[in-house]
Amino acid sequence: MTGELFFKVVMGTIGMAIFAILLGLSFKGIDRKIAAHMQSRVGPPLRQPFWDVGKLLIKDSVVPKNAVSWLFNFAPVICLASSITLLLYIPIAGYGPLLQGHGDLILILYLLTIPALSMVAGGFASGSPYATVGAQREMVTMMSYEFPLAVAAISIAWKMSDAFKGDVFTLSFISSHPIWNNVGLLGIIGLLFLLLAVVIILPAELSKIPFDVAEAETEIAGGLLVEYSGRNLALFYLADGVKTFALSSLVVAIFFPYNISQFFALGSIPAFIIDFLFFLLKVSLVMLFAVTLVRVGVARLRITQVVSTYWIAVTLMALLGLVLLMWDSQILTIRWW
Amino acid sequence: MISKSFKKSLWIFHVNSGSCNGCDIEIVAALTPRYDVERFGIKLVGSPRHADVMALTGPITSDMEDKVKRVYEQMPDPKVVLVVGSCGISGGVFHESYHLAGPVNKVLPDATCVYVPGCPPRPEAIIDGVVKAWKFLESAGGGE
Ligand code: SF4
Repeated sequence: MTGELFFKVVMGTIGMAIFAILLGLSFKGIDRKIAAHMQSRVGPPLRQPFWDVGKLLIKDSVVPKNAVSWLFNFAPVICLASSITLLLYIPIAGYGPLLQGHGDLILILYLLTIPALSMVAGGFASGSPYATVGAQREMVTMMSYEFPLAVAAISIAWKMSDAFKGDVFTLSFISSHPIWNNVGLLGIIGLLFLLLAVVIILPAELSKIPFDVAEAETEIAGGLLVEYSGRNLALFYLADGVKTFALSSLVVAIFFPYNISQFFALGSIPAFIIDFLFFLLKVSLVMLFAVTLVRVGVARLRITQVVSTYWIAVTLMALLGLVLLMWDSQILTIRWW
Repeated sequence: MISKSFKKSLWIFHVNSGSCNGCDIEIVAALTPRYDVERFGIKLVGSPRHADVMALTGPITSDMEDKVKRVYEQMPDPKVVLVVGSCGISGGVFHESYHLAGPVNKVLPDATCVYVPGCPPRPEAIIDGVVKAWKFLESAGGGE
């Protein structure tokens, strides 16, 4: 049994890695194309990210003289690997995650910090003042968005545990019991607040404008990534694509776990294809609203503004969502009793 | 296929070595919606480590000499210098000025250079220069 599980996990991970990299890069291409159209440019072809990675792979990979070379080379690998690991815990297209039953929402909250932490480690290891500044900024950003994110995740899990018995903390449970169906009016308003909070947190998780203070090209020359070139930079580039895909599908799994195949009378394979395409559509919509529109529409914030945005505005929003969800179940209970 | 990816994806680091800012504005113009170099995969990056092409404007003043050299050395191989403007070719309007270390072929004698003449050159000419830079990168990348 363990041998079989081991085989399944290894093959699944390899498959998922290829799948995630392909999709992550395609989504990056879509993102750039839409951003270009919004600025009334033609924009790069959809395949552009693939060319970029191919080019980076044939470039020299320079390790600066005063860098800690093993950490410097190790950080990109960890960043990509942890982004792919994240995806192993997230349900794709209504199907349970690969490592179903081995981890829950709380584990995902922890896994989410690893790509960012490895970038911080790589930044500190590269021995450049710009990278150090970038790494410190990344840590500050992490500290500021972690709390509202935890509040949002816990509120949803709490609401689920209130409504159901079972493994309420696992994502496959949450995604197979759409949360919107189990709350009243107050709860829906609360969920909207939580959704908004999570959508505002996404750009910071992904270091995108307006929260990309850690990678600000114009102020600190690329920040964390300033010393990276060639293969290492390509790994970070891939990790960014995979992370974007993973986080968008996390939002889809929690907030929009609906499938459309039950509306058509189809065999299992066409149903899977339809669900999968619908899933990709949902993921790209999340990405469009959380990343692309925001990225084109606004300018970069200063680091202090990032902190106050998250600690005051977004935290309040998440707490309000939590309170509304609580009231929702209490009012429902009162009425029923 | 791999060496072809240079043709599709070229990242540029812009160095101003004491230009009058005319050429820099033309480089920015090439990024605007009217010329939109991003559709060819050309992108301006913030760090020389990420760059394939160094877009060098200006005649290289003596202050900038070692900085230009250092930026050039920081770029990973294969790399090309795109000299934008007449300044970098001959000194241009600053020809025989007392504080020039340039032109470029004196400061970077063994760099592969692509020259774009003009004072300032039009964005079309800059894009054409980038196309020429591809050829060098392609042969350098394919040879490895
Ligand atoms: S070539 Fe002309 S426009 Fe360009 S930097 Fe020199 S003087 Fe200015």
